[in-house]
Amino acid sequence: MITMEKLKYERPVIRKMNTGLMNKFGTRTEFEPVKDIDGVPVKSLIRQFGSPLFVLSEKRIRRNYQSAVRAFNTRYPKVQFAWSYKTNYINAVCKVFHQEGSWAEVVSGFEYRKALGNGVPGEHIIFNGPDKKPGDLLLAVENNSLIHIDHFDELFLLLSLCKPLNRKPRVAIRVNMDTGVYPLWDRFGFNYENGQAWTAITRIMESGKLNLVGLHCHIGTFMLSTSAYAVAARKLCDLASRCKEQLQVAVQYLDLGGGFPSTNTLKGSYLPGIDTVPSVDDFAEVITTTILDYGFRPDELPLLILESGRVLIDDAGYLLGTVIANKRLSDGRRATILDFGVNTLFTSFWYEHKISPAQDFTHHTEDMVLYGPLCMNIDVVRENINLPLLEPGDHVVTHKVGAYNMTQWMQFISMRPAVVMIDQGGQPHVIRKAETLDYLQVPESMPDHLK
Amino acid sequence: MKLKPNIATSENGFIFNPATGDSFMANVMASEIVNHLKKEKSIPEIRLLLLEKYDVEQQQLDRDLDDLLQQLKEANLLD
Repeated sequence: MITMEKLKYERPVIRKMNTGLMNKFGTRTEFEPVKDIDGVPVKSLIRQFGSPLFVLSEKRIRRNYQSAVRAFNTRYPKVQFAWSYKTNYINAVCKVFHQEGSWAEVVSGFEYRKALGNGVPGEHIIFNGPDKKPGDLLLAVENNSLIHIDHFDELFLLLSLCKPLNRKPRVAIRVNMDTGVYPLWDRFGFNYENGQAWTAITRIMESGKLNLVGLHCHIGTFMLSTSAYAVAARKLCDLASRCKEQLQVAVQYLDLGGGFPSTNTLKGSYLPGIDTVPSVDDFAEVITTTILDYGFRPDELPLLILESGRVLIDDAGYLLGTVIANKRLSDGRRATILDFGVNTLFTSFWYEHKISPAQDFTHHTEDMVLYGPLCMNIDVVRENINLPLLEPGDHVVTHKVGAYNMTQWMQFISMRPAVVMIDQGGQPHVIRKAETLDYLQVPESMPDHLK
Repeated sequence: MKLKPNIATSENGFIFNPATGDSFMANVMASEIVNHLKKEKSIPEIRLLLLEKYDVEQQQLDRDLDDLLQQLKEANLLD
């Protein structure tokens, strides 16, 4: 008996054809499914480690780091990167950066201890942030770390702490300034324009208890203007030169902080990030040119420190997920529910993340809203996206999620998923396990009368 | 569940409503279903035809047929 093989089925859809102005950018962005990450099939990753799942590419992290270092090294003789722990402080991630030669930049006591635990020598840890506890500061002093003072109260605290000690901590001040961009981050550090920064420097010098070794600024985040860094570098150079002339102190380093953007697309942007964001080379060019042109003697050229985070890791991170259900909203729009939401993909509040199906699809697409699984109205992963038809059980790959998600994520309704790193040989390793109910309840305790 | 009598369809999935001027593009499945509707086939009849021809579970087909009818209704193509 001959049996006819049945034809491949696809969910029926119709799509209204709009007349009017042509959209020169087109609507469709996904032409190829993303079936693997660094050669490891998405399906097998999910089968092995569950869904949702964060995946990091070690190869990409190293390449990003090396190319950023090259961008600066080829333009300036003394450059040092310090990995911004808050961007992603999973130890395996930090270790990759430290292996590549990066110092650590931390903003809390626990990050500081993490850096020590990761084998970073104390003198290669930069301690930033407005909340350094006395115990943390003492630890940093003992380890000869670089303490970047944020406010006068911290300066006086540090002075009182080191009075009984026979040590001269190495310090810098964080300087905030007008670089022509909004918002002005004047909540951190001492202001340049109103003279506060200079007052802090003179206080440090007058105390005789602290060793002023550097000047630091961090002018913003996801900066789309390179010229702001030229202004910042010039103002730090001015301060350094004033230190030399008036206080006879040669500042050893200028720390320009971070803030370089990744190629993610910010919400509300007309053009995709990949077309609009300046490259690390663009930033390197303005920063190094400004310092080199300033007129330092060659033997007094300060070390240039950068605390980049996002730009080095965002595109090395992927979030794999699974479609839970499809539904139709009251106005006829398609809604698709995914198994990861804003608690896991925190950056979906800022970015229009690129999301690709992980399996073959036809050329038909639908405009849809992508929701997370939380029973909360704000759980929207993408408000508007045009994707091929997705079915429950299908997998998706969210791109450029390596920065901040694995530190700002929260356990809320659903647990935080596992994180896997694919090594340079294409081997996946769990670098953080998925959370469990037991893990979640470890810090809880029950009063006797409720037992 | 009837398609409006004046709706024009083509074999490659083009749907045109001359009363409103709206046009739509249907994928293969939607196009086939719309053409069945145009021939005044009932939903149970269409369902049987599709189950025989395509590799699909009945439950999924039922769900998707409901969804397509909802889309056709939203598009103002049903009587």
